[in-house]
Amino acid sequence: MLRIEGLTAEVEGKQILKGIDLEVPAGEIHAIMGPNGSGKSTLSYVLSGREGYEITGGSVTFDGRDLLAMEPEERAATGLFLAFQYPVELPGVGNALFLRTALNAVRRARGEPELDAMQFLKVARERLKALQIQEDMLKRGVNVGFSGGEKKRNEVLQMALLQPRMAILDETDSGLDIDALKIVSDGVNAQRGPGFSALVITHYQRLLDYIVPDRVHVLMGGRIVQSGGPELAKQLEETGYASVQAAA
Amino acid sequence: MPAVTETIDTVQSVTEGAYKWGFETDIEMEFAPKGLNEDIVRFISAKKKEPQWLLDWRLKAFAIWQKMEEPLWAAVKYPPIDYQDAYYYAAPKAGPKSLDEVDPELLKTYAKLGIPLKEQAFLAGVEGAGESPADARMPVAIDAVFDSVSVATSYKERLGKEGIIFCSISEAVQTHPELIRQYLGTVVPQGDNFYAALNSAVFTDGSFVYIPKGVRCPMELSTYFRINAKSTGQFERTLIIADEGSTVSYLEGCTAPMRDENQLHAAVVELVALDDASIKYSTVQNWYPGDAEGRGGIYNFVTKRAQCRGRRSKVSWTQVETGSAITWKYPSCVLLGDDSVGEFYSVAITNNRQQADTGTKMIHVGKRTTSTIISKGISAGRGQNTYRGLVRVAPTASGARNFTQCDSLLIGDQCGAHTVPYIENRCMTAKTEHEATTSRIAEDQLFYCRQRGMTQEEAVGLIVNGFCREVLKELPMEFAVEAQKLLQISLEGSVG
Repeated sequence: MLRIEGLTAEVEGKQILKGIDLEVPAGEIHAIMGPNGSGKSTLSYVLSGREGYEITGGSVTFDGRDLLAMEPEERAATGLFLAFQYPVELPGVGNALFLRTALNAVRRARGEPELDAMQFLKVARERLKALQIQEDMLKRGVNVGFSGGEKKRNEVLQMALLQPRMAILDETDSGLDIDALKIVSDGVNAQRGPGFSALVITHYQRLLDYIVPDRVHVLMGGRIVQSGGPELAKQLEETGYASVQAAA
Repeated sequence: MPAVTETIDTVQSVTEGAYKWGFETDIEMEFAPKGLNEDIVRFISAKKKEPQWLLDWRLKAFAIWQKMEEPLWAAVKYPPIDYQDAYYYAAPKAGPKSLDEVDPELLKTYAKLGIPLKEQAFLAGVEGAGESPADARMPVAIDAVFDSVSVATSYKERLGKEGIIFCSISEAVQTHPELIRQYLGTVVPQGDNFYAALNSAVFTDGSFVYIPKGVRCPMELSTYFRINAKSTGQFERTLIIADEGSTVSYLEGCTAPMRDENQLHAAVVELVALDDASIKYSTVQNWYPGDAEGRGGIYNFVTKRAQCRGRRSKVSWTQVETGSAITWKYPSCVLLGDDSVGEFYSVAITNNRQQADTGTKMIHVGKRTTSTIISKGISAGRGQNTYRGLVRVAPTASGARNFTQCDSLLIGDQCGAHTVPYIENRCMTAKTEHEATTSRIAEDQLFYCRQRGMTQEEAVGLIVNGFCREVLKELPMEFAVEAQKLLQISLEGSVG
């Protein structure tokens, strides 16, 4: 499904990604762990197509298509979703309108009929209920005045609505209390299936107690230095990143 | 269909530039000779079979105008206007008739603009004949002004039953001369400013509204202005009187064909609110803005003012200004009555080479008068956008309050936003507040929307609509949707 080969990228002339090789097959959830400054967020922005990141080498394909050649919205339409580490506030824009516009944009790109306000509300309510999120979240401005936990829950709500085939969760666990962490994890686990893959980017092992990955990769200094099964995360928790660095 | 999606469709359906109202209607017209002099003023007055006092009033205005100079203090630039190189009167030859007899070409024109002049069948439902829920939408009474004359006014009869007068001002001069004589020019006098004086001399038509004591107008009243003929100025005059305890909501819209020449639109609007009366005046201004290089477009030089004469009276201006090459406009409230209220909600967009110098004046005279100003300026392309506002509190206005908020949004790096607030407070117990912000559409906001599948333009539209929400929510429902569409279209091509 997602295949990254020899990917290198710079930000403002500074090389951050120094040759990433990674393959996430359909239906699998992979975790990327690493200390601060290792290039985790850069990887998520490069994959989703944010401006300001210069790709200097390597390739990324998504179902065999060249992901790097697509506009951000095309990547979204093919089923790539990024849950932001810091979800952005859009003052005055109602969350319901935002979600419906996004959903319809994606549906349009997929050749599916758009939903009107009533149809949308019906779908949104089902998802809210499944995620145990209060309905008033739809009425508020996008992320405006949301607590850290609410912002992350809103990200998961968007994911549940857009039904991506590949989700990148960029430190979604940061700033979450245990209840919110559980809601977010349940949201991701509910998507799990043969048509859904995810790249869970995290600093801590804690999230991986709830979203158990198929594979764990350690990203340090812009490279993947170690890969393994879920047990690798536990091992890191005990010995810290320094031990990996020493080994690498 | 959701508004934003509909907007996108609208944008896509526009093939020739972004301005879909730019067509021209082929209809036989009658013109006054080109140029401006006393004879033209007499010609217009005679065409309208006006009484002597009104002709004298026009001539006095013309004399004043000749001694005046164009105001140059606004932050707008344009080559000198040759006032002799325009027609001051252009009217369809057939002349105004009852709704059933209106030239089919005109009906087609307004239908193309989305303005239903025909009274809809469901009006019958309102009066008791089989109303289906699908038709339960409120009808809107419309006065259609085509170049210099009003061509039709709908729902007159229905409104007449409540004692409401809604007709063209030319007609009102004939049918209600006493009201015209009592109120015309009492809010905006002939010599108020250069363009008001010009308008007073040559105004050709416009709407007249009178709401009697205690009457709540049962439907939205609307005037739709259309400039069609070449080299023609439009000078309409609108007068709205809300008698004691009455309420009215009035909307105006406007469009013009796409042409390389600049055309002048110099209107005057006067509102009078008596004790406990309330007037809500909404504008969606969509005159042709000119092309991307700044060729053509309407010069929109307009004087709009309200007098809150009565105690507890209220006037609320809401404007969405997306069109015109140049906008020079300051809808104002003179708060004379104790406890009267003035409001101004504005969204002004300038894209490409458009220039806008717009704002309001709130003049507090009565005790405990309050005013609110919310202005949202959006600049894109090489657009220049100035908010210019005056809050003046007289010594008599004890306990007066004003709150002003001016927000500017910049899109791109070649546009400009300027805020010029004047506050003159001569009353110790009055309180004025001014808040202002300037911001850009942040890159992370755009990326967030695009990551969710929206195109760049869809994202900009959504963010801009959010930025303007406080103002858009003041608009009547039908206009709010229209306004959102307009915002999107006006900003087409402004990013990327």
